[in-house]
Amino acid sequence: MTQDITSALRPAIVMTILFALLLGLAYPLALTGIGQAVFPKQANGSLISEKGKVIGSDVVGQAFTSERYFHTRSSAAGKGYDGLASSGSNLGPTAQPLADRVKADVAAAHASAPGTIVPADLVTASASGLDPDLSPEAALFQVPRVAKVRGLPVEKVRALVMNTIQHPMLGFVGEERVNVLALNRALDAAR
Amino acid sequence: MTVQGWILILVFTGILLALTRPVGMWLHALYEGRRTPLHVALGPVERGFYALSGIDPDEQQSWRRYAVHMLLFNAVLMLLTYAVLRLQGVLPFNPQGLAAPSEHLSFNTAVSFTTNTNWQSYAGESTMSNLSQMLALTIHNFLSAATGIALAFALFRGFARRQSKTIGNFWADVTRVTLYLLLPLCIVYAIFLIASGVPQTLAATADVSTLEGVKQTLALGPVASQEAIKMLGTNGGGFFNVNSAHPYENPTALTNLVQMLSIFVIGFGLTWCFGKAVGNTRQGWAILAAMVILFLAGTTVAYWAESAGNPVLHQLGVPGANMEGKEVRFGAAASALFAVVTTAASCGAVNAMHDSFTALGGLVPIFNMQLGEVVVGGVGAGIYGSLLFAILAVFVAGLMVGRTPEYVGKKIEAREVKLSVLAIAVLPLIILGFTAISSVLPAGLALPLNKGPHGFSEILYTFTSAVANNGSAFAGVSANTPYYNGMIGVAMWIGRFFIIVPMLAIAGSLAAKKYTPAGAGSFPTTGGLWVGLLVGIILILGGLTFLPGLALGPIADHLAMIRGQLF
Repeated sequence: MTQDITSALRPAIVMTILFALLLGLAYPLALTGIGQAVFPKQANGSLISEKGKVIGSDVVGQAFTSERYFHTRSSAAGKGYDGLASSGSNLGPTAQPLADRVKADVAAAHASAPGTIVPADLVTASASGLDPDLSPEAALFQVPRVAKVRGLPVEKVRALVMNTIQHPMLGFVGEERVNVLALNRALDAAR
Repeated sequence: MTVQGWILILVFTGILLALTRPVGMWLHALYEGRRTPLHVALGPVERGFYALSGIDPDEQQSWRRYAVHMLLFNAVLMLLTYAVLRLQGVLPFNPQGLAAPSEHLSFNTAVSFTTNTNWQSYAGESTMSNLSQMLALTIHNFLSAATGIALAFALFRGFARRQSKTIGNFWADVTRVTLYLLLPLCIVYAIFLIASGVPQTLAATADVSTLEGVKQTLALGPVASQEAIKMLGTNGGGFFNVNSAHPYENPTALTNLVQMLSIFVIGFGLTWCFGKAVGNTRQGWAILAAMVILFLAGTTVAYWAESAGNPVLHQLGVPGANMEGKEVRFGAAASALFAVVTTAASCGAVNAMHDSFTALGGLVPIFNMQLGEVVVGGVGAGIYGSLLFAILAVFVAGLMVGRTPEYVGKKIEAREVKLSVLAIAVLPLIILGFTAISSVLPAGLALPLNKGPHGFSEILYTFTSAVANNGSAFAGVSANTPYYNGMIGVAMWIGRFFIIVPMLAIAGSLAAKKYTPAGAGSFPTTGGLWVGLLVGIILILGGLTFLPGLALGPIADHLAMIRGQLF
């Protein structure tokens, strides 16, 4: 037994150092080099610039609360869409605070569209708190409000939503979805 | 449930079954130490590592020596991680200037990553510097996975060798698996992830001015390199707090599908490798069949529960699937499937918040882990866990027909059965023991976010995940306390090494036996009867102990949910 332990000392220490250099430094740094050289946009967060200003990311959601825009989903990341504090609500199915929040959000949604069925994703918090998407139903639900505030024809706003829908790959990988930032940019451009 | 959702589940399973043989053949080459095409480039690295460490890769080790070398290597790795974390404040690659995590958090994290658990009592983006993510955490993702596969190889040799005192060389196994399997796959995988939108940069943040003119700071970092091995090595420790639900870890439905496949692919391949090692690939397919049956059963329940949704929300006028804690790009099907895959396989990455699943949707992940992570399981750990159940299954079959049990040419005797029971009994003992203690102590009751039965489920999930070395969580819990960091750390350590050591002892004991060819009285371990028996033994021995605990947690929660009772 003692001999088993002493024979393990040098390999355990030296292999730890060698693997740390290979896997802990060389591997991630080499990939950083490859990523920055070959896919610089994606490697740096798929950021979108407009007029020299970074206005968002293709993949990460941002808060939209103004009546002029399509709203994003409820977010538990910090005070909402905090990119440094991703989080879901983690409320369980029988949590009173969950029912209270959904009730309030349903009432708010009904203010502009009374008596309609509210799409689930519009009044539930996403897993990350940074969900960039809405279901087509949740986007279409908001069309009358946005069209009214903007003074645009409902049909035109509806067409913007339909044009922004992304479909599942091969028909089964993923869900139909609408990137809210892309939709709202199209909305601004349609002015 | 939708047709589209079921196509996803069936195509997913089909792809894995198609990959089982090729991946298994590659693994078998490494098991035998044969030359691969990658040796041209990486052979010198392998030989260099041995030379500098004074290792003779051809030295054959007894099970005791194999175990001691494995344990000591893991101990040194754990100390390295602890040191890097505690020194985070003064080490480079820390653009946010993050301070060192506390002693108890560093201890918990070091144990967590060493044991392939990747339980995280912290939020990555606000706790770990880029150096800590790379040097303290990513290396464990490789080496805890490689250790698991090496241990599986050792057990395979126990079955395959005849009257032998040895079960292989730990260093050769770990080095070959790392260099010729994990590292090359991860390089390709990480490049795919970067191309799909996963960041890979040394910058820590990017500032955004949103359309509404609000400042948003996005956390970045070397995410893709860690993400690749996090999935492939069934580690599951996310770069960000919400893991694979974060758009930067898992930006598209395609990355999501690939992530799910990569959790399972090595586990599937190892079953084939086992069959090949013992000279009959049907033995491997039989084990895999039992796993796939349990996997599809769990998936059906979880997918049904999540698409049926929460009656409490239906009452409020919000029909349809449960979308609380889910991302739109994944939806109910891919979220439920991911949850089953990650808990079947000891991965612990999540793409949805399990805490917000419906009661039964959340029961499936807990039950998967409680079975001992043998439904495919962690890389290596899944197959050696399954083989412990196989030993017990032939023992039970032997009792029924009154003959000495045999499995793949080895007589199974009292010693192997006792050691298997010892290894398997660790799970209920620690999971239920620690849950019970924590459900009465004030320090334990500080954990849950939710009230009522769901709060108990949160404690039960925590220790189930720790002992099963899964690492996923009902994530509303406040685990970053001295009590929980300590308790969970101990639970993870016991859950890993108190199973491994008896398992290696079995490997040693089997290797020493002579080959017993199957005779007319042998119980066949390849057909449907065997698969059924194995599934039954896994459910009865692995699952039954936990039913009272599940009744107090998720089942009570379900009854409350359908009655509309809130807490």
